[in-house]
Amino acid sequence: MQETAKASKSKNLIEGATGSWEVIVGLEVHAQVASQSKLFSGASTAFGADPNSHVSLVDAAMPGMLPVINSECIAQAVRTGLGLNAKINLRSVFDRKNYFYPDLPQGYQISQYQQPIVGEGEVEIDVDGETMTVGIERLHLEQDAGKSVHDQHPDYSYVDLNRSGVALMEIVSKPDMRSSKQAQAYVSKLRTILRYLGTSDADMEKGNLRADVNVSVRKPGDKLGTRCEIKNVNSIRFIGQAIEVEARRQIDIIEAGGAIDQETRLFDPGKGETRSMRSKEEAHDYRYFPDPDLLPLELSMEYVGELEKDLPELPDAKKQRFMQEFGLSDYDANVLVAERESADYFEAVAQGRDGKLAANWVINELFGRLNKEGKSIEASPMSAQQLGAIVDLIASSTISGKIAKDLFEIVWTEGGDPAEIVEKRGMKQVTDTGAIEKAVDEIIAANPDKVEQVKAKPSMLGWFVGQVMKASGGKANPQAVNDILKTKLGI
Amino acid sequence: MTELTKLTIAEAREKLRAKEVSATELTKAFIDAIETANPSINAYVLQTPELALSQAKESDKRLKAGDARPLEGLPLGNKDLFCTKDVRTTACSKILDDFKPTYESTVGSNLWNAGAVMLGKLNCDEFAMGSSNETSAFGPVVSPWRRKKDGKTTTDKLVPGGSSGGSSAAVSANLCLAATATDTGGSIRQPAALTGTVGIKPTYGRCSRWGIVAFASSLDQAGPIAKTVRDAAIMLRAMASHDPKDSTSVAAPVPDYEMALAQGVKGLRVGVPKEYRVEGMSKEIEKLWQDGIAWLKAAGATIHDISLPHTKYALPAYYIVAPAEASSNLARYDGVRYGLRVPGKDLIDTYENTRAAGFGKEVRRRILIGTYVLSAGYYDAYYLKAQKVRTLIKRDFDDAWKSVDVVLTPTTPSPAFGFGEKTGDPIAMYLEDIFTVTVNMAGLPGISVPAGLSSEGTPLGLQLIGKPFDEATLFRAAQAIEDAAGRFVVEDRWWAGTTAKTGAKKAGSKSK
Repeated sequence: MQETAKASKSKNLIEGATGSWEVIVGLEVHAQVASQSKLFSGASTAFGADPNSHVSLVDAAMPGMLPVINSECIAQAVRTGLGLNAKINLRSVFDRKNYFYPDLPQGYQISQYQQPIVGEGEVEIDVDGETMTVGIERLHLEQDAGKSVHDQHPDYSYVDLNRSGVALMEIVSKPDMRSSKQAQAYVSKLRTILRYLGTSDADMEKGNLRADVNVSVRKPGDKLGTRCEIKNVNSIRFIGQAIEVEARRQIDIIEAGGAIDQETRLFDPGKGETRSMRSKEEAHDYRYFPDPDLLPLELSMEYVGELEKDLPELPDAKKQRFMQEFGLSDYDANVLVAERESADYFEAVAQGRDGKLAANWVINELFGRLNKEGKSIEASPMSAQQLGAIVDLIASSTISGKIAKDLFEIVWTEGGDPAEIVEKRGMKQVTDTGAIEKAVDEIIAANPDKVEQVKAKPSMLGWFVGQVMKASGGKANPQAVNDILKTKLGI
Repeated sequence: MTELTKLTIAEAREKLRAKEVSATELTKAFIDAIETANPSINAYVLQTPELALSQAKESDKRLKAGDARPLEGLPLGNKDLFCTKDVRTTACSKILDDFKPTYESTVGSNLWNAGAVMLGKLNCDEFAMGSSNETSAFGPVVSPWRRKKDGKTTTDKLVPGGSSGGSSAAVSANLCLAATATDTGGSIRQPAALTGTVGIKPTYGRCSRWGIVAFASSLDQAGPIAKTVRDAAIMLRAMASHDPKDSTSVAAPVPDYEMALAQGVKGLRVGVPKEYRVEGMSKEIEKLWQDGIAWLKAAGATIHDISLPHTKYALPAYYIVAPAEASSNLARYDGVRYGLRVPGKDLIDTYENTRAAGFGKEVRRRILIGTYVLSAGYYDAYYLKAQKVRTLIKRDFDDAWKSVDVVLTPTTPSPAFGFGEKTGDPIAMYLEDIFTVTVNMAGLPGISVPAGLSSEGTPLGLQLIGKPFDEATLFRAAQAIEDAAGRFVVEDRWWAGTTAKTGAKKAGSKSK
């Protein structure tokens, strides 16, 4: 057992001058809660508004203002906890994390410290065809800070409080990941789960999902090394890069006889390096204590039960179902469930049809085309009904696979009912054996040399099939052509 | 005009409804009184006569139309800790500069919506941190009371208590009918006791804290200071409400406290805690306490010796919890968005300059204490332990409620003291709160009612502590004491100048 474990891990090891190193990664992911208003105020959370236009008296920390919990944010955190197979803490406490900064109007962030709303859970990820489990340590709710703007004036910085008080979920993993790939797969999976649940749009471009990445290295079997925290990495690609360069930096230091300082670092994607932000000694003393403006949050089992009842099907369950119900491969099922919208689209196409055929067309043709045009599935010009109709035409042998591609093109660019288009434009497949036989006879007669060759090498049959198809304008039923050719050629 | 300002709320209400006097006349009388007295008393840090007269005008309309609200036309003072819409609010600190809120506190809104008239903003200790009103950025408030020595009134300035010293002084000097106040460790009851007024700190959660500048969130409560128990009952009913904007406010119905007054104290079980018999307590305070016991007994109550064993830990625990919360609550005064800003060479420098210039010495002391007790490595030893003490104090009272309905104690260990007598010794100042902080720590209601005069002729108060949300019983018991002890009003109206001397005499002759 131990040998296999080692072997399966060995491909993740990093080679250094003194041997192999193992990288240990843990992530703190900050996901913006999908909600109309902020965690403790009624101000809007809408993105892209004019600076300081979504700021309530509470968000600006005016004297005498008090926070009031937004119950929708609580529900979203509980849903997320349930989606992460995590323990929901029926009693949790909001604490104040005290520090001074101009974009933190209260002088403290309301967060959850010792008693978070969600406890331990787990997430399954697939990396290189292997499934592994990443442990979740906790999930807690906290307020986002505002934004300091430094490029508007030579002498002053500006502060935009639109984000001040927006609800974030901080999802803390256990240090279970051993490579940048695993970390990327974890974030990607987390993102998928959040989007399925509708608890965060997890849009990294808008900064709605950011990660603090904890990295340490060790010789396999040694105790954990000193870790560095890379703050605020905002894309899955950068998470991978940051881990790679940070692990390499730490290995180089240790191998040169140095020691790692526990510190907070920043990843600079332009230079491809991490830089020190502050050391442990400079770390803030946040003076956490329970926020006396808020009573402890008490949830009932019934409340959690109601939320659980209404949870959507999650990607892992959906994947299993797709494999069982539609006979999909693990790979195809993974691709299809990565986004809820893709899965829904596929399911609409596959319903009552050949699941594998539907999957092929959705993954290869549709996704390929969407990718090429940089479109999301929601913006697809072809509806699931239309693609389903194309699949129907293939399944009933009304059109060949080749014609189907032409039809796909027409429907994609011009729209319309696929069956009607096939009818009107004479794209129907020829299954009339008489017509095919005639064409086969002509080809055989015109190519006696090839006839000789195919007898010695039956795989040459493909050439004949191609010729017949060409002669029929692609409309001949390939199976029928195959069968007739074989009989006539005697192979 | 002086006669009008001497009215109680109950009396003024009657005169207004009977149209013997208009709200405008009443309001003008107070505006004039403040004009005359404020240079010597310094109770008001901001007078709002125009606002007051416009509110009074509206009240007169309503009174005329027979459409009077519960506090119609009654002129009040408002502690400067309460945010007032478009009216400067400073918490008597330089750091808020001339901050004008765009909003009105919930308690304030409740009062104005009930028809009350706001005369102005009342002085207090800076951020309500003090027991003598000497930490105010606007200077100390002078108590209308003066000591008597060998039968003669001295001219030494006495403190009106704190932090609601402006409220207690204004009420006792007839510069408003009643006033709002706040109490974090005794800031309503102690000044009431030192000025011969009635002050009640209701149960934590009874009044909304929304729009009140925060000192220590888990302890702060608003309440009134008034001339009589009845007036305090009328005021509290109007101030209290459940407020969805304050998560710690409680959705309990607010009874008609005034109605409860008539019920008396027959059969009421009064607890007398032995732990309040502190070392060095003066004989006159001891006598006052015995008087209170006798009066309640005579009125039909039964007296029971009880024990509140953790009382002695209340004050030290309070001086951990309150500064801890304050250190965090006051972090928002950073010179970035409102109030004072003293620019520096960089951000940190600006923070330091602003907060050094904006906060007074006592506030800085408490921020430092609070920051220290919350620091890593000290949190468990101080803050956490203090919270445990708090639980024990609560438990003491829970046990007491099994055998008694109210608890009777002195409000303060000593009568009013002179300017500067305790400012040099913070511990001596903190000891002013020794009988009052337990009530805040346990979240209970407590009322101070005048019960006698010291050998120096200055007022002394008794405190009644009640069960959670049982303010009605406190008012009943306080009424019994007031009935027995009588009211204590300032006879020598020294601040009113020569013209008002006659008024003072009248007041004197009337009370006899």
